[in-house]
Amino acid sequence: MTDMAEITAAPAAAQAAARTDVIARRLARRHAAERRFRAIGIGAVVVSVAFLGTLLFNILSNGFGALLQTRILLDVAFDPAVMDIGERRDADSLAAADYGGLVKAAMAARFPEVASRGEKRELNALLSNGAGDALRRMVQDDPRIIGTTRPIWLIASSDLDMAVKGIMPRQAGAEGLRFSERQLAWIGKLEAEGALARQFNTRLFTAGDSREPELAGLLGAIVGSAFSLGITLLICFPIGVATAVYLEEFAPKNRWTDLIEVNINNLAAVPSVVFGLLGLAIFLNTFGLPRSAPLVGGLVLALISLPTIIIAGRAALKAVPPSIRQAAMGLGASKLQTVTDHVLPLAMPGMLTGTILGMAHALGETAPLLMIGMVAFIVDIPAGPLDPAAVLPVQVYLWSDSPERGFVEKTSAAIIVLLVFLSLMNLAAIWLRKKFERRW
Amino acid sequence: MPTILLTLVLLGLASAAYHLGRGKALSVSADGAPLHSLPRYHGYYVALWCGLPALALLVAWTVLEPQALRALMIAALPPELRGLSSQHLSLVVNEVRNVALHGAQPSSAAVAEAARHYTALSATGSWLLTALCAALAVAGLSWGRSRIHADARMRNAVERVVGVALVACSTVAILTTIGIVLSLIFESLLFFEHVPLHAFLFGTEWSPQMAIRADQVGSSGAFGAVPLFAGTLLISAIALAVAVPLGLLSAIYMSEYAQPRFRAVAKPLLEILAGIPTVVYGFFAVLTISPFLRAVGARLGLGIEAESALAAGLVMGIMIIPFVSSLSDDVINAVPQSLREGALGLGATRSETVIQVVIPAALPGIIGGVLLAASRAIGETMIVVMAAGMAANLTANPFAAVTTVTVQIVTLLVGDQEFDSPKTLAAFALGLVLFCVTLALNIVALHIVNKYREKYD
Amino acid sequence: MNQYIPKGTAKVSARGLDVFYGDKQALHHIDLDIAAGEVTALIGPSGCGKSTFLRCINRMNDLVEGARVSGTLTLDGNDIHDRRLDVVQLRARVGMVFQKPNPFPKSIYENVAYGPRIHGLARDRAELDEIVMNSLEKAGLLAEVESRLSESGTSLSGGQQQRLCIARAIAVNPEVILMDEPCSALDPIATAKVEELIDELRDNYTIVIVTHSMQQAARVSQRTAFFHLGKLIEVGGTEEIFTNPCEPLTQGYITGRFG
Repeated sequence: MTDMAEITAAPAAAQAAARTDVIARRLARRHAAERRFRAIGIGAVVVSVAFLGTLLFNILSNGFGALLQTRILLDVAFDPAVMDIGERRDADSLAAADYGGLVKAAMAARFPEVASRGEKRELNALLSNGAGDALRRMVQDDPRIIGTTRPIWLIASSDLDMAVKGIMPRQAGAEGLRFSERQLAWIGKLEAEGALARQFNTRLFTAGDSREPELAGLLGAIVGSAFSLGITLLICFPIGVATAVYLEEFAPKNRWTDLIEVNINNLAAVPSVVFGLLGLAIFLNTFGLPRSAPLVGGLVLALISLPTIIIAGRAALKAVPPSIRQAAMGLGASKLQTVTDHVLPLAMPGMLTGTILGMAHALGETAPLLMIGMVAFIVDIPAGPLDPAAVLPVQVYLWSDSPERGFVEKTSAAIIVLLVFLSLMNLAAIWLRKKFERRW
Repeated sequence: MPTILLTLVLLGLASAAYHLGRGKALSVSADGAPLHSLPRYHGYYVALWCGLPALALLVAWTVLEPQALRALMIAALPPELRGLSSQHLSLVVNEVRNVALHGAQPSSAAVAEAARHYTALSATGSWLLTALCAALAVAGLSWGRSRIHADARMRNAVERVVGVALVACSTVAILTTIGIVLSLIFESLLFFEHVPLHAFLFGTEWSPQMAIRADQVGSSGAFGAVPLFAGTLLISAIALAVAVPLGLLSAIYMSEYAQPRFRAVAKPLLEILAGIPTVVYGFFAVLTISPFLRAVGARLGLGIEAESALAAGLVMGIMIIPFVSSLSDDVINAVPQSLREGALGLGATRSETVIQVVIPAALPGIIGGVLLAASRAIGETMIVVMAAGMAANLTANPFAAVTTVTVQIVTLLVGDQEFDSPKTLAAFALGLVLFCVTLALNIVALHIVNKYREKYD
Repeated sequence: MNQYIPKGTAKVSARGLDVFYGDKQALHHIDLDIAAGEVTALIGPSGCGKSTFLRCINRMNDLVEGARVSGTLTLDGNDIHDRRLDVVQLRARVGMVFQKPNPFPKSIYENVAYGPRIHGLARDRAELDEIVMNSLEKAGLLAEVESRLSESGTSLSGGQQQRLCIARAIAVNPEVILMDEPCSALDPIATAKVEELIDELRDNYTIVIVTHSMQQAARVSQRTAFFHLGKLIEVGGTEEIFTNPCEPLTQGYITGRFG
């Protein structure tokens, strides 16, 4: 018996050793393949993250420049004669006064040697067309300054701004130079005397759109976005929550409910341009609502966000354990009381998180708004949801389409503002989720 | 603004009604009769009776008033104006409205008269509305209040109303779909009266701009959408060629290899890509990617145009990476751990396990995810509007400018529109095609993914 | 008596083996030898560490985040946790069958061929066919599936799936087969077939089986080791353990007082 075992064991051992050899010989190659695959995986993650980095770096590096703006310090004499108002100080006269004249006069006083009209035109071209706006605001705030002389930083032209920031050339003879030699000399003089400086660009946040890059601001778009999102929230949140509650808590299991569910899932994937077509055909053409209005924008965005909010709301309701419902029902609460008193408060943080994320998505939505006319060039800050307005992403699109070099920087700045708002909303959602995170 | 004021007043009345109802219920119960429903339900009941009918009237009035005013005003116009063609008539109506509402200068005495009439009508209307609303609210309040007694099943009544409201809200999604389908089909049918269906679907020339001027040669325009379909497919294919490998491999690395700490950093970073608005990607394509590709192309002797399918597709691919990776991540995580252990227990390496066991098991789900990503790519608009161009070239050359369905929808509808020109209507026909294709892709993809999920549940 | 040195040489041998999952110690100082050519059953209540011990033998615990091992565990005298030892090679020598049948979503043939393929054990298709047929034969499955080798492995019944997994494991021709409650998901008839199979495989392989069922341990094993709360309480010949255990804890468990 023992002999038998030995006889069979010997070849078995040899076989095992041969097998181990075969396996070992392939091992190096298999491990190399393993390392290769792993490296490819890391590579994919790294490339993806690198894209993100490039994108953000590009936008940030381009856009931060727009936070500063080149200005020229001039002694402005508020001379009623130049302003062409005489003794009148009423609001209309002050509004209509010749502030451009004041600016030109101040410039002429700064460079008394400049005499010919051509030279003067070149000199004044260093300043923005809108440089006088700041003077108007000062006078309207305090008419007593009329007759005095004040040192004031005035907005430089976009070309000068670009040159100072080093985006456009400023050396004599350089390719693409936008200045004459005389102008270069004046710029040099202003700089040497400390009358040329980069200052924080308040206009970016306090002005509406403009054709001139140095005058264009985002306030109109920010207000437009706020009105649109306000409308969206007013419509989306109640309807979204109600639908989620109905589907999750009340709906009988039948074909109609199935239809609603399938429908919501598919709506979530319909391209947003199609919603723009809907808005155009229904809200504008059938109901006759005004074009370019945040009201219509808000309505369209509400329809786009609704599926997202419903789906998030249902997930939040699903996460509430059935035991809570049973406990409430067991105490004799009606179905509705159970939901409003117990389930809904527990699900609310999740629903709010979903709503904020839906709103953030709506804030970045562009294409459908183009279709309902929100691409118009609008200077005024909208005062209500029926006034024509742009929204932030559309402003980005409009500016990116402008040929002036100064708008590249502005576009990036607008994107930064948009991304800041988006980050704030996302952070709020994360904070909410963290704060109310529950484990059952 | 008066409408908003009126709404606020009605809401105030309703909340007063709540307190009245609740107070009466409390006094009834103080008399010793046990209430069927809690006092607050009595309050809600009265508030609903007070607020709902009046608000309903307000909404109906706001919707119908412009039409009614218009009809009344036209009826009062002098006959020579009334007899105008409908187009001219609407011009007159607009002018009257402008004079009446915005103080514009009337062009004729008749218009000035009509504007006065219009102003008077709308003033009467708003008084009438206010009076009616107030009457309804008060009537509702007193009716609701009169119904309060101990046995009244107020909770059930209120819950019925809430139930109806919930159902109504849940139909909004259905109504949206119906709205989309109807508006697309209705306008598309108008379009196909001008352009035959086969010419649209199979024509290879797209030049809608020709159709604006009726006196021009070839004024019918060319509405062959094949170049658009081809452009859309080309750009989507490039996008998927970027996004699927990167997204899938990232997902594999994250779920099968990465340490938790790496995952905790890299995953949110990838998700940021999904949160960036598409208009930002479009600008990135124009500002950075296109010039970069052009420079590289020039170095290599390839003529890459300023607006190229490659740039648009590449950037769109970047945008879709997180979409693919999060879907693949879900799907890969759904593959049971026991399968991995089975392979590893046989002595398979990690990569052998992933490639030969996990991926084949997850394949249906991955395919579903790729289809969803494709539908995303086809429907994406801003990136292509900004980076792909308007030229309807029928080409498979990724270095050339192509246009897509979404680009044309936007181009055709931005700017002045005449609603009966085939140029405008063509956008709706394109929208219909887009809607049908993405819907089909989604239904198929969701079906595949759901079937896959069921398999491992 | 908490150590058992078999008469022959030990195939697997643990000395002072500790296993930690994070801060939690799952195994305390295990000394245990597993003899070649025998079936060793590991029994004990849930969470006693028997599966942990089993999964150490082919280092499946490597997959668990935060798992840490100290002490020595050897296979034929070579340390299993030696850094120089290739885990792929180890697992080719120590196969495993899991609690739930886990055939790959591939054909029956491909399921069995998978191990030989990755390890390059067959030079050509004919050899691979032979290995597959042999393994199915040994697993007692060949007659049932011979006509449908190209059908999906998941189309088989639960018991067939588990035997397919055993065939898949023996196709690599390992020296040791680890079985982690292989019958817990099977009905009694399928269980009987698998037990029969284990008994036949004993001639060629060293088998370690974790089981919840004491009857099963008694039926299939020659040695039994009883674990409790991460400690090895007692090990010995199966008959001895079940008829005359030394430790009162073992006595309590096998008579059903706890478990």
